[in-house]
Amino acid sequence: MADKTRERLLSEVADLHAVPTGAFNIRENGETAMRNTTANIDIVTKKEQNGIDIHIKSGTKNESVHIPVVISKSGIDETVYNDFYIGDDCDVVIVAGCGIHNSGEYDSKHNGLHRFYVGKNSKVKYVEKHYGEGDGNGKRIMNPGTEVYIDENSSVEMEMVQIKGVDSTERKTTAKLKAGAKLIVRERLMTHGSQVAISDYVSELDGDGSAVDIVSRSVAKDNSYQKFDSKIIGNCACNGHTECDAIIMDNARVVAVPALEANSIDAMLVHEAAIGKIAGEQLTKLMSLGLTESEAEEQIIGGFLK
Amino acid sequence: MLELKNVSFEVKTENADKAIVKDVSFTIEDNKFVVITGPNGGGKSTLAKLIMGIEKPTSGKIIFDGIDITDMSITERANLGVSFAFQQPVRFKGIYVFDLLRIASKKELTVSEACEYLSAVGLCAKDYINREINSSLSGGELKRIEIATVLARGTKLSVFDEPEAGIDLWSFQNLIKIFEQMQSNIKGSILIISHQERILNIADEIVLIADGKIKKHGKKEDVLPELLAQTAARGLCVKFNDGGVK
Repeated sequence: MADKTRERLLSEVADLHAVPTGAFNIRENGETAMRNTTANIDIVTKKEQNGIDIHIKSGTKNESVHIPVVISKSGIDETVYNDFYIGDDCDVVIVAGCGIHNSGEYDSKHNGLHRFYVGKNSKVKYVEKHYGEGDGNGKRIMNPGTEVYIDENSSVEMEMVQIKGVDSTERKTTAKLKAGAKLIVRERLMTHGSQVAISDYVSELDGDGSAVDIVSRSVAKDNSYQKFDSKIIGNCACNGHTECDAIIMDNARVVAVPALEANSIDAMLVHEAAIGKIAGEQLTKLMSLGLTESEAEEQIIGGFLK
Repeated sequence: MLELKNVSFEVKTENADKAIVKDVSFTIEDNKFVVITGPNGGGKSTLAKLIMGIEKPTSGKIIFDGIDITDMSITERANLGVSFAFQQPVRFKGIYVFDLLRIASKKELTVSEACEYLSAVGLCAKDYINREINSSLSGGELKRIEIATVLARGTKLSVFDEPEAGIDLWSFQNLIKIFEQMQSNIKGSILIISHQERILNIADEIVLIADGKIKKHGKKEDVLPELLAQTAARGLCVKFNDGGVK
């Protein structure tokens, strides 16, 4: 892969401008290109299928793992299984993400299934960015699957970002939470052209005191289509909140399907969904400060997706 | 200098065209503090919107510093030096007070400069600079931030549409001070839509508008006493002041 393309993709999806410190595994055009492990974090290639196992020892604090995927060959179609085994009492940051540069005729497709097994009393921050570029006719397709199993009193915060260039994406996320466990998801999405993005979340709250908070902010432009489907199942004394807030532009379509299922009298579940165009008064205000209409629009969208 | 020449504005209703502003002409000289007052529904806010370009006149001309701005966009007018403080400021998800002040100032604003604008409107700067302009801000807070954005612009003409609405009494004193300071610092013209006697009191000139027409325009000394004598022409706030706040 050309160095410049690799650098740009890595910087877009993982904010990487140099070789990262700590543990990392960089996957390039279907193969592991670079890897580093530390005393507390081990990365092992799976034998049966594509992908890696990441083992984080109990008590690991203030360490990070970067596992970006970059694809620059047209026509790659891969499915990768990455499993994270995070011990007890950890405090770690995991940065994943996929960047596809496709200037060829064939579709480039990356299906990634990430499974997280989080121990007790741990804190995990997970960042996943998707980015696509290239002027070929081949599509850039990413279908991430995420499964999260959170043990007692652990918290997982997930930031999922897809701002540019991915033609089609279907995201499926499932989570199961034990007592006192917390899951926060912040999804930011922008689609343009004729892109299609589907986000599907199912969160099961199984232990007393568990909580989930899923917030999606998205902008749909041109002829793109988005569907946000989020279901929270409360089986105990728990708190659940899911929110979809979308700006719709041009001829785009947005569907929000929030669902709540309370199987316990002590489950407190809330959903919110709002879809609308940019408010005219917002544009007027920014134009009265000297911005053009398109600059004002950019500012509003930029803020909304910040 | 701002000149309105025979400006009219009509809206289409089901049955006929309804005239909101009827053949209004007046001039605001440089460095003048002018208050437009009059009963609700008389066309004051519409007139302010016509000046900023939020509405376009059905007929007539608007001239700013010798340039015909009648057909110019809001952006073009803003860049020529017209500012506008909205009666009901809008909220933005993900845009912060500092962002808005930076956009308004059109420069690489420093935090201390931004803080000065916020302090001027009576907000403790460090508490507000990183606040999102969303529903967590009260109406009064938003209103003060709105005024701070006009301060940050520092343009030749600043139009305020009912700046006192939603502002408490303590801030009201500040508000008056802000207008006085603006006038001496910027050396520009200030046009305020207001019902408040205390704002009318610091005006150089008062324009009384009712039923879309100018009923009176002159120096404060000439217009205000007459206005106060005519209960029928007085706004609610003036009446309220007479009764309780004095």
